[in-house]
Amino acid sequence: MSTISLAVRDSSTMLRRNLLHMRRYPSMTFLLIGIPIIILLLFVYVFGGTLGAGLGPSGDRSQYANYVTPGILLITVVSAAQGTAISVAMDMTEGIIARFRTMSIFRPSVLTGHVLGSLVQTMLSLAAVTVVALLVGFRPTANPVEWLAALGVLAMVTFALTWLSVALGLVSDSVETASNLPMPLILLPFLGSGFVPTDSMPAAVRWFADYQPFTPVMETLRGLLLGTGIGNNATIAVVWCAVITVACFLWAKALYNRNRTS
Amino acid sequence: MTSSTNPAIVATDLRKSYGDKVVLDGVDLMITEGTIFALLGPNGAGKTTTVQILSTLIRADGGDARIFGHDLTREPDAVRALIGVTGQFSAVDNLLTARENLTLMADLCHLGRAAGRRRIADLLDQFDLTEAAAKPVSTYSGGMRRRLDLAMTLVGEPRVIFLDEPTTGLDPRSRRAMWHIIRALVAEGVTILLTTQYLEEADQLADRVAFLDHGRLIAEGTPRELKRLIPGGHVVLQFADQEGLDSAARTLQAATRDDAALTLQVPSDGGVGSLRSLLDQLDSASISVAGLSVHTPDLDDVFLTLTGQPDTRAGRTHHERASAR
Repeated sequence: MSTISLAVRDSSTMLRRNLLHMRRYPSMTFLLIGIPIIILLLFVYVFGGTLGAGLGPSGDRSQYANYVTPGILLITVVSAAQGTAISVAMDMTEGIIARFRTMSIFRPSVLTGHVLGSLVQTMLSLAAVTVVALLVGFRPTANPVEWLAALGVLAMVTFALTWLSVALGLVSDSVETASNLPMPLILLPFLGSGFVPTDSMPAAVRWFADYQPFTPVMETLRGLLLGTGIGNNATIAVVWCAVITVACFLWAKALYNRNRTS
Repeated sequence: MTSSTNPAIVATDLRKSYGDKVVLDGVDLMITEGTIFALLGPNGAGKTTTVQILSTLIRADGGDARIFGHDLTREPDAVRALIGVTGQFSAVDNLLTARENLTLMADLCHLGRAAGRRRIADLLDQFDLTEAAAKPVSTYSGGMRRRLDLAMTLVGEPRVIFLDEPTTGLDPRSRRAMWHIIRALVAEGVTILLTTQYLEEADQLADRVAFLDHGRLIAEGTPRELKRLIPGGHVVLQFADQEGLDSAARTLQAATRDDAALTLQVPSDGGVGSLRSLLDQLDSASISVAGLSVHTPDLDDVFLTLTGQPDTRAGRTHHERASAR
Protein backbone atom coordinates (compact mmCIF):
# COMPACT_ATOMS: atom_id res chain seq x y z
CA MET A 1 0.00 0.00 0.00
CA SER A 2 1.40 3.41 -0.90
CA THR A 3 2.06 5.96 1.82
CA ILE A 4 -0.75 8.20 0.62
CA SER A 5 -3.45 5.54 0.57
CA LEU A 6 -2.19 4.22 3.92
CA ALA A 7 -2.40 7.76 5.30
CA VAL A 8 -5.94 8.25 3.99
CA ARG A 9 -7.11 4.86 5.17
CA ASP A 10 -5.67 5.07 8.68
CA SER A 11 -6.71 8.71 9.09
CA SER A 12 -10.29 7.89 8.20
CA THR A 13 -10.24 4.97 10.65
CA MET A 14 -9.06 7.35 13.35
CA LEU A 15 -11.67 9.91 12.27
CA ARG A 16 -14.34 7.25 12.83
CA ARG A 17 -12.89 6.70 16.30
CA ASN A 18 -13.10 10.41 17.12
CA LEU A 19 -16.62 10.73 15.75
CA LEU A 20 -17.68 7.78 17.91
CA HIS A 21 -16.19 9.52 20.94
CA MET A 22 -18.21 12.65 20.16
CA ARG A 23 -21.40 10.74 19.56
CA ARG A 24 -21.04 8.83 22.79
CA TYR A 25 -20.20 11.90 24.86
CA PRO A 26 -22.10 14.81 23.31
CA SER A 27 -21.90 16.91 26.48
CA MET A 28 -18.49 18.25 25.43
CA THR A 29 -19.88 19.40 22.08
CA PHE A 30 -22.82 21.14 23.77
CA LEU A 31 -20.52 22.85 26.22
CA LEU A 32 -18.33 24.12 23.40
CA ILE A 33 -21.34 25.45 21.46
CA GLY A 34 -22.76 27.04 24.61
CA ILE A 35 -19.85 29.44 25.20
CA PRO A 36 -20.14 31.40 21.91
CA ILE A 37 -23.95 31.46 22.14
CA ILE A 38 -23.84 32.94 25.64
CA ILE A 39 -21.31 35.56 24.54
CA LEU A 40 -23.48 36.35 21.52
CA LEU A 41 -26.62 36.83 23.62
CA LEU A 42 -24.69 38.85 26.18
CA PHE A 43 -23.26 41.21 23.61
CA VAL A 44 -26.43 41.64 21.58
CA TYR A 45 -28.94 41.99 24.42
CA VAL A 46 -26.83 43.49 27.23
CA PHE A 47 -24.16 45.59 25.52
CA GLY A 48 -25.70 45.71 22.03
CA GLY A 49 -27.71 48.91 22.41
CA THR A 50 -24.78 50.99 23.63
CA LEU A 51 -22.17 49.37 21.41
CA GLY A 52 -24.48 49.65 18.38
CA ALA A 53 -24.80 53.38 18.98
CA GLY A 54 -21.02 53.62 18.78
CA LEU A 55 -20.95 52.13 15.28
CA GLY A 56 -22.27 55.32 13.70
CA PRO A 57 -25.19 57.78 13.68
CA SER A 58 -27.67 55.10 12.55
CA GLY A 59 -26.21 52.35 14.75
CA ASP A 60 -28.49 50.28 16.98
CA ARG A 61 -28.83 46.82 18.51
CA SER A 62 -29.73 45.09 15.21
CA GLN A 63 -26.79 46.66 13.45
CA TYR A 64 -24.56 45.49 16.29
CA ALA A 65 -25.85 41.92 15.86
CA ASN A 66 -24.54 42.09 12.31
CA TYR A 67 -21.26 43.60 13.42
CA VAL A 68 -20.54 41.10 16.18
CA THR A 69 -21.46 37.83 14.40
CA PRO A 70 -18.14 37.30 12.55
CA GLY A 71 -16.32 37.71 15.87
CA ILE A 72 -18.71 35.26 17.52
CA LEU A 73 -18.04 32.76 14.74
CA LEU A 74 -14.34 32.97 15.56
CA ILE A 75 -15.11 32.55 19.27
CA THR A 76 -16.92 29.37 18.21
CA VAL A 77 -13.82 28.13 16.41
CA VAL A 78 -11.61 28.96 19.39
CA SER A 79 -13.99 27.31 21.82
CA ALA A 80 -13.97 24.12 19.75
CA ALA A 81 -10.17 24.33 19.56
CA GLN A 82 -10.01 24.34 23.33
CA GLY A 83 -12.07 21.14 23.29
CA THR A 84 -9.59 19.62 20.84
CA ALA A 85 -6.65 20.41 23.11
CA ILE A 86 -8.47 18.79 26.02
CA SER A 87 -9.43 15.67 24.11
CA VAL A 88 -5.93 15.25 22.66
CA ALA A 89 -4.38 15.60 26.13
CA MET A 90 -6.91 13.14 27.54
CA ASP A 91 -6.23 10.73 24.71
CA MET A 92 -2.48 10.85 25.36
CA THR A 93 -3.04 9.62 28.91
CA GLU A 94 -4.77 6.50 27.53
CA GLY A 95 -2.85 3.28 27.10
CA ILE A 96 -4.27 2.82 23.63
CA ILE A 97 -1.94 5.50 22.28
CA ALA A 98 1.02 3.29 23.22
CA ARG A 99 -0.68 0.50 21.29
CA PHE A 100 -1.03 2.71 18.20
CA ARG A 101 2.66 3.57 18.43
CA THR A 102 3.61 -0.09 18.25
CA MET A 103 1.41 -0.77 15.24
CA SER A 104 2.42 -0.62 11.62
CA ILE A 105 0.10 2.26 10.75
CA PHE A 106 0.41 5.77 9.31
CA ARG A 107 1.98 7.26 12.39
CA PRO A 108 0.36 10.72 12.50
CA SER A 109 -3.09 9.18 11.92
CA VAL A 110 -3.94 9.57 15.63
CA LEU A 111 -3.46 13.31 15.14
CA THR A 112 -5.13 13.59 11.74
CA GLY A 113 -8.10 11.73 13.21
CA HIS A 114 -8.38 14.35 15.92
CA VAL A 115 -8.01 17.20 13.43
CA LEU A 116 -10.63 15.86 11.03
CA GLY A 117 -12.98 15.04 13.91
CA SER A 118 -12.60 18.55 15.32
CA LEU A 119 -13.18 20.01 11.87
CA VAL A 120 -16.52 18.18 11.71
CA GLN A 121 -17.37 19.18 15.27
CA THR A 122 -16.48 22.84 14.69
CA MET A 123 -18.52 23.01 11.47
CA LEU A 124 -21.54 21.69 13.38
CA SER A 125 -20.96 24.26 16.13
CA LEU A 126 -20.66 27.03 13.55
CA ALA A 127 -23.95 25.99 11.95
CA ALA A 128 -25.70 26.04 15.35
CA VAL A 129 -24.23 29.42 16.29
CA THR A 130 -25.16 30.89 12.90
CA VAL A 131 -28.76 29.81 13.40
CA VAL A 132 -28.86 31.53 16.81
CA ALA A 133 -27.25 34.65 15.29
CA LEU A 134 -29.95 34.72 12.60
CA LEU A 135 -32.59 34.46 15.33
CA VAL A 136 -31.19 37.45 17.25
CA GLY A 137 -31.03 39.73 14.24
CA PHE A 138 -28.01 38.79 12.10
CA ARG A 139 -29.03 39.74 8.53
CA PRO A 140 -26.32 38.66 6.09
CA THR A 141 -26.42 39.98 2.52
CA ALA A 142 -24.24 37.22 1.10
CA ASN A 143 -25.07 35.36 -2.12
CA PRO A 144 -24.41 31.57 -2.33
CA VAL A 145 -20.87 32.08 -3.66
CA GLU A 146 -20.06 34.43 -0.79
CA TRP A 147 -21.56 31.97 1.69
CA LEU A 148 -19.36 29.26 0.25
CA ALA A 149 -16.31 31.52 0.45
CA ALA A 150 -17.16 32.37 4.08
CA LEU A 151 -17.44 28.66 4.80
CA GLY A 152 -14.03 28.19 3.20
CA VAL A 153 -12.51 30.93 5.36
CA LEU A 154 -14.00 29.37 8.49
CA ALA A 155 -12.76 25.90 7.51
CA MET A 156 -9.31 27.31 6.85
CA VAL A 157 -9.06 29.09 10.19
CA THR A 158 -10.51 26.05 11.97
CA PHE A 159 -7.91 23.82 10.36
CA ALA A 160 -5.11 26.14 11.47
CA LEU A 161 -6.37 26.52 15.04
CA THR A 162 -7.09 22.79 15.33
CA TRP A 163 -3.47 21.93 14.53
CA LEU A 164 -2.43 24.56 17.05
CA SER A 165 -4.66 23.04 19.71
CA VAL A 166 -3.48 19.51 18.88
CA ALA A 167 0.07 20.71 19.51
CA LEU A 168 -1.04 22.45 22.73
CA GLY A 169 -2.77 19.24 23.83
CA LEU A 170 0.43 17.28 23.15
CA VAL A 171 2.74 19.73 24.88
CA SER A 172 0.58 19.76 28.03
CA ASP A 173 1.58 17.33 30.72
CA SER A 174 -1.94 17.29 32.14
CA VAL A 175 -5.51 17.73 31.00
CA GLU A 176 -5.80 20.86 33.17
CA THR A 177 -2.89 22.48 31.37
CA ALA A 178 -4.41 21.53 28.04
CA SER A 179 -7.61 23.23 29.08
CA ASN A 180 -5.81 26.43 30.12
CA LEU A 181 -3.23 26.82 27.34
CA PRO A 182 -5.68 27.76 24.55
CA MET A 183 -7.51 30.19 26.90
CA PRO A 184 -5.74 33.36 25.62
CA LEU A 185 -7.04 32.58 22.12
CA ILE A 186 -10.55 33.43 23.22
CA LEU A 187 -9.35 36.97 23.97
CA LEU A 188 -8.05 37.53 20.45
CA PRO A 189 -11.42 38.36 18.85
CA PHE A 190 -11.88 40.96 21.63
CA LEU A 191 -8.39 42.38 21.05
CA GLY A 192 -9.21 42.77 17.36
CA SER A 193 -12.08 44.02 15.26
CA GLY A 194 -14.48 41.37 16.58
CA PHE A 195 -16.57 43.39 19.03
CA VAL A 196 -15.73 47.03 18.34
CA PRO A 197 -13.91 48.72 15.43
CA THR A 198 -10.17 48.96 16.12
CA ASP A 199 -10.04 52.73 15.49
CA SER A 200 -11.85 53.25 18.79
CA MET A 201 -8.91 51.71 20.68
CA PRO A 202 -5.84 53.41 22.20
CA ALA A 203 -2.76 53.38 19.93
CA ALA A 204 -0.87 50.40 21.42
CA VAL A 205 -3.93 48.15 21.61
CA ARG A 206 -4.98 49.27 18.18
CA TRP A 207 -1.58 48.40 16.74
CA PHE A 208 -1.88 44.88 18.17
CA ALA A 209 -5.50 44.59 17.04
CA ASP A 210 -4.68 45.59 13.49
CA TYR A 211 -1.76 43.20 13.09
CA GLN A 212 -2.95 40.07 14.88
CA PRO A 213 -4.20 37.18 12.72
CA PHE A 214 -7.86 37.23 13.80
CA THR A 215 -8.60 40.75 12.56
CA PRO A 216 -8.03 40.04 8.84
CA VAL A 217 -10.05 36.82 9.19
CA MET A 218 -12.97 38.67 10.81
CA GLU A 219 -12.77 41.50 8.27
CA THR A 220 -12.85 38.97 5.44
CA LEU A 221 -15.88 37.22 6.96
CA ARG A 222 -17.61 40.56 7.50
CA GLY A 223 -16.95 41.52 3.89
CA LEU A 224 -18.25 38.22 2.54
CA LEU A 225 -21.36 38.04 4.75
CA LEU A 226 -22.29 41.71 5.05
CA GLY A 227 -20.74 43.33 2.00
CA THR A 228 -18.22 45.59 3.78
CA GLY A 229 -14.84 46.23 2.15
CA ILE A 230 -12.35 43.33 2.26
CA GLY A 231 -9.27 44.92 0.71
CA ASN A 232 -6.12 42.81 1.20
CA ASN A 233 -7.52 41.22 4.36
CA ALA A 234 -8.37 37.98 2.51
CA THR A 235 -4.77 37.51 1.38
CA ILE A 236 -3.40 38.28 4.84
CA ALA A 237 -5.89 35.85 6.39
CA VAL A 238 -4.87 33.06 3.99
CA VAL A 239 -1.17 33.63 4.68
CA TRP A 240 -1.71 33.66 8.46
CA CYS A 241 -3.72 30.44 8.35
CA ALA A 242 -1.19 28.71 6.09
CA VAL A 243 1.71 29.70 8.34
CA ILE A 244 -0.09 28.62 11.53
CA THR A 245 -1.19 25.33 9.97
CA VAL A 246 2.25 24.34 8.68
CA ALA A 247 4.12 25.45 11.80
CA CYS A 248 1.69 23.75 14.18
CA PHE A 249 1.50 20.59 12.08
CA LEU A 250 5.28 20.25 12.25
CA TRP A 251 5.29 21.09 15.96
CA ALA A 252 2.55 18.55 16.72
CA LYS A 253 4.29 15.87 14.68
CA ALA A 254 7.57 16.42 16.49
CA LEU A 255 5.82 16.34 19.86
CA TYR A 256 4.04 13.11 19.00
CA ASN A 257 7.22 11.42 17.82
CA ARG A 258 9.36 12.40 20.78
CA ASN A 259 10.53 9.65 23.09
CA ARG A 260 8.13 9.30 25.94
CA THR A 261 9.36 7.84 29.15
CA SER A 262 6.07 6.44 30.33
CA MET B 1 21.53 -24.88 23.53
CA THR B 2 19.03 -23.28 21.15
CA SER B 3 21.29 -22.54 18.22
CA SER B 4 19.58 -25.10 16.01
CA THR B 5 16.22 -23.32 16.19
CA ASN B 6 15.04 -20.04 14.78
CA PRO B 7 15.57 -17.00 17.01
CA ALA B 8 12.56 -14.67 17.11
CA ILE B 9 14.11 -11.97 19.27
CA VAL B 10 17.81 -11.23 19.52
CA ALA B 11 19.03 -8.32 21.60
CA THR B 12 22.61 -7.42 22.32
CA ASP B 13 23.87 -5.10 25.02
CA LEU B 14 20.70 -2.99 25.34
CA ARG B 15 21.28 0.16 27.33
CA LYS B 16 18.94 2.87 28.50
CA SER B 17 19.19 5.62 31.06
CA TYR B 18 16.94 8.45 32.05
CA GLY B 19 19.25 11.22 33.18
CA ASP B 20 21.57 9.76 35.80
CA LYS B 21 19.40 6.75 36.38
CA VAL B 22 20.61 3.70 34.49
CA VAL B 23 17.57 1.57 33.72
CA LEU B 24 19.12 -1.01 31.42
CA ASP B 25 22.78 -1.77 31.80
CA GLY B 26 23.65 -4.09 28.93
CA VAL B 27 20.90 -6.66 28.45
CA ASP B 28 21.33 -9.59 26.06
CA LEU B 29 18.39 -11.72 25.02
CA MET B 30 17.96 -14.64 22.67
CA ILE B 31 14.43 -15.91 22.39
CA THR B 32 13.56 -18.90 20.26
CA GLU B 33 10.53 -18.89 18.01
CA GLY B 34 7.49 -20.56 19.50
CA THR B 35 8.60 -20.35 23.13
CA ILE B 36 7.64 -18.35 26.18
CA PHE B 37 10.43 -16.35 27.69
CA ALA B 38 9.79 -14.80 31.08
CA LEU B 39 11.59 -11.73 32.29
CA LEU B 40 11.39 -11.67 36.05
CA GLY B 41 12.28 -8.91 38.38
CA PRO B 42 11.09 -6.53 41.07
CA ASN B 43 9.53 -3.16 40.28
CA GLY B 44 12.04 -0.86 38.68
CA ALA B 45 14.31 -3.66 37.46
CA GLY B 46 13.87 -2.55 33.84
CA LYS B 47 11.29 -5.08 32.64
CA THR B 48 8.88 -2.56 31.17
CA THR B 49 11.72 -0.56 29.63
CA THR B 50 12.94 -3.72 27.90
CA VAL B 51 9.47 -4.32 26.48
CA GLN B 52 9.12 -0.69 25.44
CA ILE B 53 12.41 -0.85 23.55
CA LEU B 54 11.70 -4.17 21.87
CA SER B 55 8.22 -3.04 20.84
CA THR B 56 9.64 0.15 19.21
CA LEU B 57 7.92 2.39 21.74
CA ILE B 58 11.17 3.97 22.89
CA ARG B 59 14.71 3.85 21.58
CA ALA B 60 17.61 2.25 23.38
CA ASP B 61 20.62 4.44 24.07
CA GLY B 62 22.90 1.65 22.98
CA GLY B 63 23.02 -1.92 21.75
CA ASP B 64 20.84 -3.39 19.04
CA ALA B 65 17.95 -5.74 18.67
CA ARG B 66 16.26 -7.66 15.91
CA ILE B 67 12.87 -9.28 15.60
CA PHE B 68 12.95 -12.05 13.01
CA GLY B 69 16.02 -10.39 11.54
CA HIS B 70 14.48 -6.90 11.28
CA ASP B 71 16.49 -4.23 13.02
CA LEU B 72 14.42 -2.23 15.52
CA THR B 73 15.79 1.19 14.64
CA ARG B 74 16.30 0.76 10.92
CA GLU B 75 13.08 -1.08 10.06
CA PRO B 76 10.60 -0.19 12.80
CA ASP B 77 7.59 -0.65 10.56
CA ALA B 78 8.65 -4.16 9.53
CA VAL B 79 9.02 -4.96 13.23
CA ARG B 80 5.65 -3.40 14.09
CA ALA B 81 3.97 -5.56 11.48
CA LEU B 82 5.22 -8.66 13.30
CA ILE B 83 4.58 -7.79 16.91
CA GLY B 84 1.73 -7.24 19.31
CA VAL B 85 1.94 -5.62 22.72
CA THR B 86 -0.28 -5.93 25.75
CA GLY B 87 1.01 -3.56 28.33
CA GLN B 88 0.75 -3.26 32.03
CA PHE B 89 -1.75 -0.43 31.66
CA SER B 90 -4.68 -1.45 29.57
CA ALA B 91 -4.33 -0.32 25.99
CA VAL B 92 -8.02 -0.19 25.19
CA ASP B 93 -10.24 2.73 24.23
CA ASN B 94 -12.45 3.19 27.27
CA LEU B 95 -15.02 5.26 25.41
CA LEU B 96 -15.74 2.51 22.91
CA THR B 97 -17.34 -0.91 23.22
CA ALA B 98 -15.36 -4.15 22.92
CA ARG B 99 -16.63 -4.67 19.39
CA GLU B 100 -15.74 -1.12 18.39
CA ASN B 101 -12.28 -1.52 19.89
CA LEU B 102 -11.72 -4.71 17.92
CA THR B 103 -13.13 -3.13 14.76
CA LEU B 104 -10.70 -0.27 15.19
CA MET B 105 -7.85 -2.79 15.33
CA ALA B 106 -9.16 -4.73 12.33
CA ASP B 107 -9.34 -1.50 10.31
CA LEU B 108 -5.86 -0.46 11.36
CA CYS B 109 -4.54 -3.91 10.47
CA HIS B 110 -6.20 -3.44 7.07
CA LEU B 111 -8.24 -6.59 7.28
CA GLY B 112 -11.02 -6.64 4.73
CA ARG B 113 -14.53 -6.03 5.98
CA ALA B 114 -15.63 -9.66 5.91
CA ALA B 115 -12.32 -11.01 7.20
CA GLY B 116 -12.34 -8.40 9.95
CA ARG B 117 -15.84 -9.33 11.08
CA ARG B 118 -14.97 -13.02 11.19
CA ARG B 119 -11.81 -12.38 13.16
CA ILE B 120 -13.68 -10.15 15.62
CA ALA B 121 -16.45 -12.69 16.15
CA ASP B 122 -13.83 -15.41 16.74
CA LEU B 123 -11.90 -13.32 19.23
CA LEU B 124 -14.99 -12.19 21.13
CA ASP B 125 -15.95 -15.83 21.39
CA GLN B 126 -12.49 -17.08 22.31
CA PHE B 127 -12.09 -14.45 25.03
CA ASP B 128 -15.59 -14.85 26.38
CA LEU B 129 -16.58 -11.30 25.56
CA THR B 130 -19.46 -11.87 23.14
CA GLU B 131 -22.09 -11.06 25.73
CA ALA B 132 -20.48 -7.79 26.77
CA ALA B 133 -19.41 -6.84 23.24
CA ALA B 134 -21.85 -3.93 22.94
CA LYS B 135 -21.11 -2.41 26.34
CA PRO B 136 -18.60 0.41 26.79
CA VAL B 137 -15.25 -0.84 28.08
CA SER B 138 -15.43 1.59 31.00
CA THR B 139 -17.99 -0.75 32.58
CA TYR B 140 -15.71 -3.81 32.36
CA SER B 141 -13.99 -5.63 35.20
CA GLY B 142 -10.20 -5.80 35.34
CA GLY B 143 -10.15 -9.33 33.97
CA MET B 144 -12.46 -8.53 31.05
CA ARG B 145 -10.44 -5.46 30.21
CA ARG B 146 -7.23 -7.49 30.18
CA ARG B 147 -8.84 -10.12 27.95
CA LEU B 148 -10.05 -7.46 25.53
CA ASP B 149 -6.59 -5.93 25.59
CA LEU B 150 -5.02 -9.21 24.55
CA ALA B 151 -7.76 -9.86 21.99
CA MET B 152 -6.96 -6.48 20.40
CA THR B 153 -3.30 -7.44 20.25
CA LEU B 154 -4.23 -10.65 18.44
CA VAL B 155 -6.38 -9.08 15.70
CA GLY B 156 -3.36 -8.62 13.46
CA GLU B 157 -2.10 -12.17 14.15
CA PRO B 158 1.30 -11.10 15.45
CA ARG B 159 4.16 -13.61 15.46
CA VAL B 160 5.77 -12.11 18.54
CA ILE B 161 3.74 -10.94 21.52
CA PHE B 162 5.01 -8.84 24.38
CA LEU B 163 3.03 -9.29 27.56
CA ASP B 164 4.04 -6.78 30.18
CA GLU B 165 2.79 -8.08 33.53
CA PRO B 166 -0.36 -9.55 31.97
CA THR B 167 -1.81 -10.77 35.26
CA THR B 168 -0.82 -8.01 37.66
CA GLY B 169 -3.92 -7.00 39.60
CA LEU B 170 -6.04 -9.93 38.42
CA ASP B 171 -7.87 -12.27 40.76
CA PRO B 172 -6.72 -15.93 40.84
CA ARG B 173 -9.47 -17.12 38.52
CA SER B 174 -8.74 -14.46 35.88
CA ARG B 175 -5.05 -15.21 36.24
CA ARG B 176 -5.63 -18.90 35.49
CA ALA B 177 -7.77 -17.93 32.50
CA MET B 178 -4.99 -15.71 31.21
CA TRP B 179 -2.43 -18.50 31.63
CA HIS B 180 -4.67 -20.80 29.66
CA ILE B 181 -4.88 -18.28 26.82
CA ILE B 182 -1.12 -17.72 26.82
CA ARG B 183 -0.43 -21.46 26.59
CA ALA B 184 -2.88 -21.79 23.71
CA LEU B 185 -1.11 -19.00 21.83
CA VAL B 186 2.27 -20.64 22.11
CA ALA B 187 0.78 -23.91 20.98
CA GLU B 188 -0.05 -22.10 17.72
CA GLY B 189 3.60 -21.14 17.27
CA VAL B 190 3.56 -17.57 18.59
CA THR B 191 6.63 -16.36 20.47
CA ILE B 192 5.97 -14.65 23.77
CA LEU B 193 8.10 -12.40 25.90
CA LEU B 194 6.41 -12.14 29.25
CA THR B 195 7.38 -9.94 32.13
CA THR B 196 6.14 -10.70 35.59
CA GLN B 197 6.81 -10.16 39.25
CA TYR B 198 5.25 -13.51 40.05
CA LEU B 199 7.75 -16.30 40.12
CA GLU B 200 5.01 -18.87 40.09
CA GLU B 201 3.77 -17.45 36.81
CA ALA B 202 7.18 -17.79 35.20
CA ASP B 203 7.50 -21.29 36.63
CA GLN B 204 4.09 -22.26 35.23
CA LEU B 205 4.43 -20.76 31.79
CA ALA B 206 7.95 -20.11 30.69
CA ASP B 207 10.33 -22.28 28.70
CA ARG B 208 13.15 -20.01 29.76
CA VAL B 209 13.40 -17.46 32.54
CA ALA B 210 15.74 -14.55 33.04
CA PHE B 211 16.12 -12.54 36.21
CA LEU B 212 16.47 -8.83 35.74
CA ASP B 213 17.78 -6.76 38.61
CA HIS B 214 18.94 -3.14 38.43
CA GLY B 215 18.99 -3.27 34.66
CA ARG B 216 21.13 -6.39 34.39
CA LEU B 217 20.33 -10.01 33.73
CA ILE B 218 21.66 -11.82 36.76
CA ALA B 219 20.68 -15.33 35.73
CA GLU B 220 19.04 -17.10 32.85
CA GLY B 221 17.94 -20.63 32.16
CA THR B 222 15.02 -23.03 32.28
CA PRO B 223 13.07 -22.96 35.55
CA ARG B 224 14.60 -26.31 36.42
CA GLU B 225 18.14 -25.09 35.78
CA LEU B 226 17.53 -22.02 37.87
CA LYS B 227 16.17 -23.97 40.81
CA ARG B 228 19.34 -26.02 40.75
CA LEU B 229 21.29 -22.82 41.38
CA ILE B 230 20.31 -22.74 45.01
CA PRO B 231 20.82 -25.22 47.81
CA GLY B 232 18.11 -27.86 48.20
CA GLY B 233 14.95 -27.60 50.22
CA HIS B 234 14.40 -27.61 53.94
CA VAL B 235 11.95 -28.55 56.62
CA VAL B 236 10.62 -25.95 59.01
CA LEU B 237 9.79 -27.20 62.48
CA GLN B 238 7.49 -25.15 64.66
CA PHE B 239 7.68 -25.37 68.43
CA ALA B 240 5.23 -24.48 71.14
CA ASP B 241 7.81 -22.95 73.46
CA GLN B 242 11.41 -21.86 73.81
CA GLU B 243 12.34 -25.01 75.67
CA GLY B 244 11.32 -27.26 72.78
CA LEU B 245 13.24 -25.11 70.36
CA ASP B 246 16.34 -25.21 72.55
CA SER B 247 16.41 -28.97 72.90
CA ALA B 248 15.68 -29.52 69.19
CA ALA B 249 18.46 -27.13 68.25
CA ARG B 250 20.84 -29.15 70.44
CA THR B 251 19.77 -32.39 68.75
CA LEU B 252 19.82 -31.14 65.16
CA GLN B 253 23.19 -29.48 64.73
CA ALA B 254 22.80 -28.42 61.09
CA ALA B 255 19.63 -26.45 61.70
CA THR B 256 19.17 -22.68 61.71
CA ARG B 257 16.97 -21.36 64.48
CA ASP B 258 14.61 -18.43 64.59
CA ASP B 259 13.93 -17.52 68.21
CA ALA B 260 11.25 -14.98 67.50
CA ALA B 261 9.13 -17.37 65.44
CA LEU B 262 10.09 -20.43 67.53
CA THR B 263 11.05 -22.29 64.37
CA LEU B 264 13.96 -24.37 63.30
CA GLN B 265 14.95 -24.70 59.68
CA VAL B 266 16.51 -28.04 58.84
CA PRO B 267 18.14 -28.74 55.46
CA SER B 268 16.34 -31.63 53.76
CA ASP B 269 15.50 -32.90 50.31
CA GLY B 270 11.90 -33.16 51.46
CA GLY B 271 11.76 -36.91 50.70
CA VAL B 272 9.74 -39.33 52.86
CA GLY B 273 12.86 -41.17 53.99
CA SER B 274 14.66 -38.13 55.29
CA LEU B 275 11.50 -36.85 56.93
CA ARG B 276 11.02 -40.12 58.75
CA SER B 277 14.57 -40.14 60.04
CA LEU B 278 14.21 -36.53 61.16
CA LEU B 279 11.04 -37.34 63.10
CA ASP B 280 12.66 -40.45 64.59
CA GLN B 281 15.54 -38.33 65.78
CA LEU B 282 13.13 -35.91 67.47
CA ASP B 283 11.09 -38.77 68.97
CA SER B 284 14.08 -40.46 70.52
CA ALA B 285 15.02 -37.15 72.16
CA SER B 286 11.39 -36.78 73.35
CA ILE B 287 10.96 -33.41 71.73
CA SER B 288 7.41 -32.49 70.80
CA VAL B 289 6.91 -30.56 67.55
CA ALA B 290 3.91 -28.30 67.17
CA GLY B 291 4.03 -28.10 63.38
CA LEU B 292 6.06 -29.05 60.37
CA SER B 293 6.25 -27.79 56.81
CA VAL B 294 8.29 -29.06 53.90
CA HIS B 295 9.79 -26.45 51.63
CA THR B 296 11.11 -27.38 48.18
CA PRO B 297 13.08 -24.72 46.31
CA ASP B 298 11.04 -22.47 44.05
CA LEU B 299 11.99 -19.51 41.91
CA ASP B 300 11.40 -17.21 44.87
CA ASP B 301 14.33 -18.82 46.62
CA VAL B 302 16.43 -18.46 43.51
CA PHE B 303 15.56 -14.83 43.19
CA LEU B 304 16.16 -14.02 46.83
CA THR B 305 19.43 -15.91 46.81
CA LEU B 306 20.60 -14.14 43.68
CA THR B 307 19.55 -10.64 44.64
CA GLY B 308 19.76 -10.76 48.42
CA GLN B 309 23.31 -11.98 48.76
CA PRO B 310 25.35 -10.24 46.10
CA ASP B 311 28.66 -11.29 47.73
CA THR B 312 28.10 -14.98 47.32
CA ARG B 313 26.87 -14.61 43.78
CA ALA B 314 30.08 -14.43 41.81
CA GLY B 315 31.28 -17.59 40.17
CA ARG B 316 28.42 -19.80 41.25
CA THR B 317 27.66 -21.39 37.90
CA HIS B 318 28.02 -20.77 34.23
CA HIS B 319 24.44 -19.48 34.08
CA GLU B 320 25.44 -16.35 35.81
CA ARG B 321 26.25 -13.28 33.84
CA ALA B 322 29.36 -11.43 34.83
CA SER B 323 28.07 -8.35 36.51
CA ALA B 324 31.31 -6.42 36.51
CA ARG B 325 32.13 -4.57 33.36
